[in-house]
Amino acid sequence: MRSAWSRIRRDKAALFGLAVIAVVTFAALFAPFVAPFNPDQQFANGLTLQGAPRPPDGVYWFGTDLLGRDLLSRLIWGARASMIIGLAANLAAVVIGTTLGATAGFLGGWIGTVIMRFTDLMMAFPALLLAIALAAILHPSLWIVALVIALVNWVQIARVIYTETRALAAREFVEAVRALGAGRWRILARHVLPHLLPTILVWGTLGISSTVLIEATLSFLGVGVQPPTPSWGGIIFQSQSYFMVAPWLVVFPGLAIIFLALSFNLVGDALRDALDPTQRGIT
Amino acid sequence: MIPKDGASAPLLAIEDLAVSFGTESGRVSVLDGVNLSIFPGQAVGLVGESGSGKSVTAMSVMRLLPSPPSRVDRGRILFRGQDLLALPAGKMRAMRGDRIGMIFQEPMTSLNPTFTVGFQIAEALALHGKARGVAAHERAGALLERVGVGPAARRLRQYPHELSGGLRQRVMMAIALACDPDLLIADEPTTALDVTIQAQILDLIARLRAEFGMSVLLITHDLGVVAEVCDLVAVMYAGRIVEQASAARLFAAPRHPYTLGLMESAPKLGQRVKELPTIPGMVPPPGKRGPGCGFVGRCGRALARCAAEPPPLAPVGGPVGSSASPGHEAACWNPVP
Repeated sequence: MRSAWSRIRRDKAALFGLAVIAVVTFAALFAPFVAPFNPDQQFANGLTLQGAPRPPDGVYWFGTDLLGRDLLSRLIWGARASMIIGLAANLAAVVIGTTLGATAGFLGGWIGTVIMRFTDLMMAFPALLLAIALAAILHPSLWIVALVIALVNWVQIARVIYTETRALAAREFVEAVRALGAGRWRILARHVLPHLLPTILVWGTLGISSTVLIEATLSFLGVGVQPPTPSWGGIIFQSQSYFMVAPWLVVFPGLAIIFLALSFNLVGDALRDALDPTQRGIT
Repeated sequence: MIPKDGASAPLLAIEDLAVSFGTESGRVSVLDGVNLSIFPGQAVGLVGESGSGKSVTAMSVMRLLPSPPSRVDRGRILFRGQDLLALPAGKMRAMRGDRIGMIFQEPMTSLNPTFTVGFQIAEALALHGKARGVAAHERAGALLERVGVGPAARRLRQYPHELSGGLRQRVMMAIALACDPDLLIADEPTTALDVTIQAQILDLIARLRAEFGMSVLLITHDLGVVAEVCDLVAVMYAGRIVEQASAARLFAAPRHPYTLGLMESAPKLGQRVKELPTIPGMVPPPGKRGPGCGFVGRCGRALARCAAEPPPLAPVGGPVGSSASPGHEAACWNPVP
């Protein structure tokens, strides 16, 4: 791990990613102290005399939204939704996908077939429809949205992990450990799982960006994070028809989503390179 | 076969082993009645072309063939009198790596790249409850010294990619010998190595066999390798043992036409030939084998009977005029005189 860290430290892109993630995490954790205003408060001077949102200025740095609320404060609070959903939902998806994919790939046989056919079924099922149906039944809230996304998002990870595990299980060192008298669960945990780690990390980070987008879609459709709780995706969708008049309402949350997703990708890539077992020990 | 040093019971006795694989076009027989015995301390070479069933035989002994598609149709594999095929999975797992060690063809890929050499040797010890922690680490170091990988203190901390092919095969050997097995199965251990390294590894196998007092089953397609290490040689063809004898005997007087063909097609030192003789045709693939001898289509000595009836492995005497040779057996209706 130490050599992995020293390698990441030399990677400027990864450091940038880490910095962005750190800033967003900080904002999410300390939103009440960082945000200049109450995100839900509608200011009397928050709208122009014509009733339009105010563009960025010295008071409202990122401008105001359709209801005269401070956009910067809403973005800072929205970081909470994005981080919680991005991390929790994706962690759950990775755990489910890895468990099922690795089990199916390693055991093979009829167990593997049943798991993978079920995965195919989930893949063919319209994910958004499932998410909407689940969210409608389970009364939308932040955690329900995270759960719904996890139930939809594990499928791709399971497929990738399955393929990778199949390839690993056929590698000769796995055969050699078997010839040494190791049991299958030990082989899976000790000798196969560490080789899956880079894949898990990369897919875990890639998934975060798609998670943010699903969250936005669900919020727009009214089954995601419920207003007035701010979320980045929600802000964009609520403001999209005003893009020509008040572009800042789409640009700022859009940039936030892009930078957060990009950062997770950069860090994931750097981790993959740093943890590559064939490069360990070479410096 | 001849017991070495008068030992009475074989360590390993494969009796009439038949293994088949399920394919899309039905079940295909891969091993068809293999008989092979290894006595304590003995080194037996199993020789044959690709596809003859050597590795399937070895993997059957380890019970590492994936099932399905493979299936044992009949036969027994007795290890110290106990039928391995009848052992429950847990007991068989305890046998692997403990009583029976195995090394593979590809030392480059048979070690886990994510763990140090020391960790992987210690794991072999820990798996069978021989040693843990510091004790395991110390024993791993001692094992490395014994297989000629030094200095142990430094090597233990290295990863497989930092070692050459020859060193890796030595490490594999240290892992296989960690629990002091009774039998070492070496599946083409030198095929992936340079010629000079090959000789070193063969020497090492011969030396360790004496040191550990173990039996060796050496699987190879290289007759030269067999001559160097083995007491006894079994020649395999199309899922059957076609000839077996002591190494000296087999090289002096092969009786099966296939064995003779193998020897003639190997280059000899100091002999100038324009073109090496070859055995015409190919090993019939499993599923395309007739009822008779598997070699019938490629054999210059084939009789009508050969295609109809499989010849049993039976004792054969020496060439005409010489005294009979005990333990020399061939499966042929019309053996080479």
